[in-house]
Formats: sequence, structure tokens, C-alpha cells
Amino acid sequence: MTELTPAQTAGPFLHIGLLWPGGEYAVPAGTPAAFWLRGTVRDGNGDPVGDALIETWQIEPDAFARTPTRPDGTYAVHTVAPGPGYLDLSIHARGLLDRLVTRVYFTPDDFFTGLDPARRETLIAVPADDGFRFDIHLQGEHETVFFDV
Amino acid sequence: MTAFERAAGIHPPHDSPGYRSTARRHPSQPLILLPHGPTEVTGPLLGGRRPDPSDNDLTRQHSGEPQGQRIIVHGRVLAGGRPVRTTLVEVWQANAAGRYRHAADNWPAPIDPNFTGLGRILTDEDGRYSFTTIRPGAYPWGNHDNAWRPAHIHFSLLGEAFAQRLITQMYFPDDPLLALDPIFQSIPDERVRGRLVAGFDLAATKPEWALGYRFDIVLRGPEATPMEGDDHDD
Repeated sequence: MTELTPAQTAGPFLHIGLLWPGGEYAVPAGTPAAFWLRGTVRDGNGDPVGDALIETWQIEPDAFARTPTRPDGTYAVHTVAPGPGYLDLSIHARGLLDRLVTRVYFTPDDFFTGLDPARRETLIAVPADDGFRFDIHLQGEHETVFFDV
Repeated sequence: MTAFERAAGIHPPHDSPGYRSTARRHPSQPLILLPHGPTEVTGPLLGGRRPDPSDNDLTRQHSGEPQGQRIIVHGRVLAGGRPVRTTLVEVWQANAAGRYRHAADNWPAPIDPNFTGLGRILTDEDGRYSFTTIRPGAYPWGNHDNAWRPAHIHFSLLGEAFAQRLITQMYFPDDPLLALDPIFQSIPDERVRGRLVAGFDLAATKPEWALGYRFDIVLRGPEATPMEGDDHDD
């Protein structure tokens, strides 16, 4: 193991350093077949997490979004369906000493099918009015599956 | 496609009782190992955002100079022993009095009208970065009785791949608050924690101008491929 640098929390003031104007647009407005991926981030008490940063990365096409959660815990990312059928999503926040990583599935694959059937549904993007819904539960009964990436 | 090395034992655990905010925000289920595929070994690179050259001087973003000790922070970003070139380094910090320019920070220390506390730098061909700022102050927080965060600068690195994404904090040497800080102490291995403490650097110190500090950052490199003949003990 090389001398890897350890992570530390982004803290409650991450907005100073990490906000990008229009960062929620992984693809520009007007992109054909684009949609909104929307969700709410909640903690183990079911309370909204209003001070987090959501980042998404996908390929085919390459597209990156970065957006803060609002005080009610909601976020929205404007994107298109990724070629592999999923995108990767990171959560940074106060209380997270390292990012949490999950996957948003639009089309299940073999890896998804190999996951615990009782929990893997938390990774499915659910069709909604203007796109898809992906709620994130950091802890508790409906806890999202998180990955060691 | 090459997978990235694993960082077992390096990062702090999500459940870290000394840092109270982790209590309701850490997953109760173990993380599931995610094999690296084409999405994890690629990344946003610049994310389409190229900083202005002036973004590397946090003391020149307003009409006047900020209060505080002027410092130069520099170092290299490496992965697998090689420089990470043209990658975005984003930094943010409190002012010299320990106050962030943020609506959620309202402890009674002064705002500095000449300090925002945000910098952006691209690494060069050798993976080097450098920026000028003022030394941030320590500040109190509500984690426990008489809790104070040691002076620190937040660092964000995109690296070259999603698997390399890193957000961390740089600390200053000989700070007595480090031994008392549940966030710094959340990293289990003392030697690993020490990697977050910048070194005073006389060579980078500019006479009659600013103190120099060096902070190198090592991101995950390619996974080592076992070589034939590696299975014997020396």
C-alpha cells in the first residue's frame, strides 16, 4: 500500500468551495431525451439532510453533475440515460467522514441481480413525472445500499 | 482497463462515535465491494470547469488584503507514484479569526470583508499545485463541551477517475488541538493521520512576504498486478 491520503468530512460549509453554477446539469438544457433525476436524502431518524452535496458520474455519454441538497433534503440532476444502465452517485456531507457511494440503476445488470433481493430495490430509479426518482436513506429500515468503491 | 488499488484501513470509519454527526448519518449495513468497471475507472477530469489563473490567490479576491498571516501552500498530487496532471484542486477555509463566510456559521468572530476563502488550482505537468492564502483560525463547534476544530484547509480532488475522488482536510504542524479533535482522530492509524499535517517549508517561504507549507496528496493508483515469482518469502 502506498502512502494514500485519508479522507475527512467535507463539513457543513462545503458550499463555499464546491458549488458550481448550473452544476445540476450533467447535460445541458434542451438535450434530447434528457430528464430530471430527483430525490430526497434522509438520515437514520428520517429527517432530511439539507447540507449534503450530491455528485453523479456516468459514461455513454460522459456526464458529471454536482449539486447541493436543499434544506428539505431534496436534490435534482438533469441528465440522460447512461449506456451501462446505471450511474454512480457520491454523497458528501457533515457527518460523513468519507463520501458514501451508491449506484442509480435504470436497467438492472448481472451485478445488480447478484445483490441481496431484500435490499437491491433501493438502487432502482423509479419513473416519475419528469424523469426518475431516487431517494437516499443513509441509515435505518430503508437504508440505501452503499458500496466500497 | 485497470482497476484501482483498495484503500482498506486508510479512511476513517463512517461510524465514529466521537464525531456526533456520524450517529444518524452512517450506514448500519456493511459497504458492499464494488468491482471497478468502466464507470469507476473514468472520471469527469475538469468537469468542464477551468479555473482562472487568479483563483490560486485567496488574498487578492477583494479590493483590500485580508487580515492574517499570509502563507503559501504547495505540493504534488500523485497516484501510483506518478503525477496526476491537470487535475482540479478546490480548497476552502475559514478566515484568520476562524469564521467561514457562510450563512450557517454565526459564532461571534468577525467576518473579513476581504476574504471569501475559496481557491481553485490546476496541477501542472508534474502534478504540482500552489496557492497563496492566509492561515485560517481555529473555531469552536458544538460537538462536545469546549470543542474547537484545529486550523485546517478543506481540499477536494477529482483525480482522473471516479474511484480516485477525494475530499480531505490539511492541518498545520504542532497544533495542540489535533490531539483533541474527533474528526482528525477518526483516522485509526496515527501514521496515516500524520499525512494530513502539512510540513513547514523554508524553501517555499518567501522572504518579507509569506510562510511556506508543503502538503502532498496521494490518490489511489492502479491495482498492483501480482508478478510471477512473487510468492516466495525473502
